[in-house]
Amino acid sequence: MAKANFTVPELKQYAEIPAIEPGAMAHSSPFVSKPEFQEPLGFPGELAEDWQDHAIAKMGEMLGKYRSLRVYLDSCVKCGSCTDKCHYYIGTKDPKNMPVGRQDLMRKVYRRYFTLAGKYFPKLVGAEDFTREVLDDWYSYFHQCSQCRRCSVFCPYGIDTAEISMAAREIMDGIGMGQKYCNEIIAKVYKIGNNLGLPGPALLDTLEGLEEDVEDETGVAVKYPVDQEGAEILLVTPSADFFAEPHVDGLIGYGKVFHEAGVSWTVSSYASEAANFGMFIGSYENMRQISQRIRKAAIDLKVKRIVFGECGHAWRVAYSFLNTLAGPWDFLDPRYPVPQHICEFTNELIKEGKLKFDKSQNDDMVLTFHDSCNVARATRMGDRPGGQFEIPRAVIKAVCNNYFDMDEETIRERTFCCGGGGGLLTDDLMEIRVKGAKPRVEALNNVMQEKGVTHLAAICAICKSQFSKVLPFYGMEMDQVVSVHQLVSNAIVLTGQETENDDEDEEAGDAA
Amino acid sequence: MSFLTVVYAILFYFAFAVLLAGLIRKIVQYARTPAPLKIPTTPAPTTEAGVALRLFREVVFFESLFKGNKWIWIFGWVFHFGLFLVTLRHLRYFIDPVWLPIQLVQPFGIYGGMAMVAGLAGLWARRFLVDRVRYITGPSDHLILALLILIGLSGLMMTFVVHVDVISVKLFFRGLMTFNISPLPADPLLLLHLLLVAALMIVFPFSKLLHAPGLFFSPTRNQVDNPREKRHIANWAKSLEQ
Repeated sequence: MAKANFTVPELKQYAEIPAIEPGAMAHSSPFVSKPEFQEPLGFPGELAEDWQDHAIAKMGEMLGKYRSLRVYLDSCVKCGSCTDKCHYYIGTKDPKNMPVGRQDLMRKVYRRYFTLAGKYFPKLVGAEDFTREVLDDWYSYFHQCSQCRRCSVFCPYGIDTAEISMAAREIMDGIGMGQKYCNEIIAKVYKIGNNLGLPGPALLDTLEGLEEDVEDETGVAVKYPVDQEGAEILLVTPSADFFAEPHVDGLIGYGKVFHEAGVSWTVSSYASEAANFGMFIGSYENMRQISQRIRKAAIDLKVKRIVFGECGHAWRVAYSFLNTLAGPWDFLDPRYPVPQHICEFTNELIKEGKLKFDKSQNDDMVLTFHDSCNVARATRMGDRPGGQFEIPRAVIKAVCNNYFDMDEETIRERTFCCGGGGGLLTDDLMEIRVKGAKPRVEALNNVMQEKGVTHLAAICAICKSQFSKVLPFYGMEMDQVVSVHQLVSNAIVLTGQETENDDEDEEAGDAA
Repeated sequence: MSFLTVVYAILFYFAFAVLLAGLIRKIVQYARTPAPLKIPTTPAPTTEAGVALRLFREVVFFESLFKGNKWIWIFGWVFHFGLFLVTLRHLRYFIDPVWLPIQLVQPFGIYGGMAMVAGLAGLWARRFLVDRVRYITGPSDHLILALLILIGLSGLMMTFVVHVDVISVKLFFRGLMTFNISPLPADPLLLLHLLLVAALMIVFPFSKLLHAPGLFFSPTRNQVDNPREKRHIANWAKSLEQ
């Protein structure tokens, strides 16, 4: 079990709503960004003397640009429906981690400076001046939100705390109080092309290594091409897929599926990152600039289709925003949606019967599926609402014999975030990450006890990294997390592949 | 004409003007503010008709609240539906002759009044009994509940305890509508009831009661899930594309 210098929540058989403990997580704040990470993004280096004026001006600007912000700050009636829905509240008991508690940190400033009631009767409506204490609270608690949108499912007005958190981070960036983790990474994307700072030659090297591994294992020469001009498909995948476990096993799976489909594909060293941290910091401009790299790569490589790898928030930017930020995509093949998710791609082939599987290759596992928050509540797959739930499950069930869902209250649109999304996947936020994972790990623990589940499949780089890191805090193993396309990779029988099963069949024949 | 009648006439003209102008101002503000990105909470409808149906379910059945919390849903829905019946019943003060459906709804309006008060009491109790809800409750939340519950109670009392001359009340409001003011009965309960209603009208556009128009402008609820098929771009964002 991993060592923690805080109390790891206890897992229960039935989900409990904790009593509030004000201030329980007030000490949690990520490292503040240094000037060198702020400036490449177009933000001031550090907090200036007159930050308050700038912050209020910025807020006014954003109220004019985002209807969501304006409507959501006005509409809350404090009914309480959201109060027990946030995984960070359930895991920390801090009432400022209740969605409404978090929103109110901004709402009280909004009311003070932008509403009649707050200007003249601040006490009555809970309006407050934007003081340094309030700013510190913002910095702390708007970095305890993973923008997972679970609250927005249960709000009678659809108030989405993610919209508020994003706006708060944009305002803080605008006054020089950015978060190191996100902003450093975005600067890396601009300089090198991906979040991990993996340069082109290293990428080429890694993918050549994968080709060798796959050929050694299967005897089939599956290609993992980089910057191949004229390829049909541009694969955009989170850079963690290039080397982290279990991500890379998923990447191996994508390559095998493309191989069997008989389509040419390539990754781009220029746009070698699916994740778009511009969304986490609520910056339309940065989100757009990062998205434009994909457009440029698609044009330069003359591809006809774009497919995204397994990544949650990336799929949100891809599915919901890419057409807005980097479209129109009229130069691509109009027969396919732009972009497509790798699960949509694989599922189509499965339905057409073009892939051959040996499901027994996954018989050492009993699986469950974690609906990644942003895939579940901010995107779709396929052409029907809810395809984002059914398609990954269909893929898993096509390649595995043993599958069980977790409690209905914790999956599909009600799924709990892994606890590391929205720009919190950094070691300086380990406590909130572990505590925020509690509801998901609790549901996982229950299917492990009741159904004998051994592994959790996910389609998000953040979820995979987060679970690998936090499961040990709860006494579980880091390798209980698997990629969906890792399962596909295990089970797929490549054309011309000499499988272990052939040997086994022969042996079985001999024995009989 | 009595001083009281003049005061109440002015009060209601003022309250009506504030309500109307305030709401129009907010609605125009919401409508003019762009929603630059597609953010429906999914699974979401893929057609306009589907979105209309989703909003209908939210407005009429409080679908999301039902998913969120059954107690708040019961109290909240009972209150709002009660208020709806009460509002229909009160239309008789403003139209002449009274339409048949409004005549038929009259007795239900009384049950509506009781339901409204019961629902409000439940919602208010939660503000004391549930620690999470107590934490997020401010003075204005209590005041609005007090205002609504007093409106309901004073109204019910005029039905069951101290009757008022409803014919005169109707003449007063019909008079207001035709700028031909007739006297208002100086009944304390009636005056209290009307004063509180006027206060509610004035407070409406400056308070959380804006949730009513807000719901229709909520991008997570009113957007069609079709970002891949149709490019969605705000005017201010177009300028980034030079």
